[in-house]
Amino acid sequence: MSQAKITGGIIALVLATSIGHAAAADDSAKLKASAKLYDTYCAQCHGVLRNGKGVNTVGLSVQPRDHSETKGMMSIPLEEMATAIRDGGAAVNKSALMPPWNSVLTDGEITDMVAYLRKVCRCDEQN
Amino acid sequence: MKVVPIFVGALLLFAAPSANAQGVADLKAQCSACHALEKPANPTVDRLWSRKGPDLWYAGDKFNREWLVGWLQKPTTIRPGGVLWFKNAKPGEPRDTLDTAAVPPHPAVDAATAGKLADALMGLKGNGLVAAGAFKAEGANLTMGKMAFGKLRGCAACHQDKPGEGGVSGSQLYDAGQRLQPDYVHAYIKDPQAFDRFVWMPRLTLSDQDLQRITAYVVSNGKKSD
Repeated sequence: MSQAKITGGIIALVLATSIGHAAAADDSAKLKASAKLYDTYCAQCHGVLRNGKGVNTVGLSVQPRDHSETKGMMSIPLEEMATAIRDGGAAVNKSALMPPWNSVLTDGEITDMVAYLRKVCRCDEQN
Repeated sequence: MKVVPIFVGALLLFAAPSANAQGVADLKAQCSACHALEKPANPTVDRLWSRKGPDLWYAGDKFNREWLVGWLQKPTTIRPGGVLWFKNAKPGEPRDTLDTAAVPPHPAVDAATAGKLADALMGLKGNGLVAAGAFKAEGANLTMGKMAFGKLRGCAACHQDKPGEGGVSGSQLYDAGQRLQPDYVHAYIKDPQAFDRFVWMPRLTLSDQDLQRITAYVVSNGKKSD
């Protein structure tokens, strides 16, 4: 193997690694931001531990989803999750007690929240 | 001789604005450390986490003066978990709870100070956020309003309409009829994000009929005739 090829290979590897690190850092920042938004908006019903046991659940006729429960969360298509967050539970034939959050969260934040929920439920670790 | 009445009249002219000015100065000195008295230039989620009390920059559109005067002398709990419920929430079974003892009490003032502060607060207006006359009291159906509040629209998920009944992340509404102006309740339910872009009460898609019914029910709570 020529010197030039080795050098090129090393540069490509370094670049790929740094891009990988940048992407991981970007993902980590997005997850952190989503966690904060979850605490602000979602945890009041879905719980500070994301287990569906929020402070507001005392009188609810339908209990909020437990986001830490892997099997149940695995059954929900990503697009349905996004629609439920954006347009409310009624938009996906679920409880109208889940309100639409489109007046507060942007489409990008909703996409990131779906990715965060997949982490919370450890759904991707099952694949 | 007409000198005395003119002199007294001149005194009144000067006295009225200076009393109000003193109230405004007291409001800034005593309240601005915890409450936004002017519309925040840069609202963010982080601001909601760092502020120590609810915004008051539209207080004159929001509160009834008589309630303010009484409450400032003898403050009671409006938000069971404080201004941001999450800060005092603890995980638990069968559900999370609020550490209400950790919520700092609001300071009380004497009657004279309460009157001055209430006058100054009533001077804080939301610059057109609240449309006068938007709430139509006539024909209000409280039964339908209660149903919408409790079951159909889910307001009770976050707000108590009776002590101990309902959610706790929002302000209690069992004395809303004494505390809040009906046009403010209508405007806030219609679009909470107009008041704060990031506040955790979402904007529901409500018909005007629903808005009127829910407002009528909310402001019927705690009326002294109840």
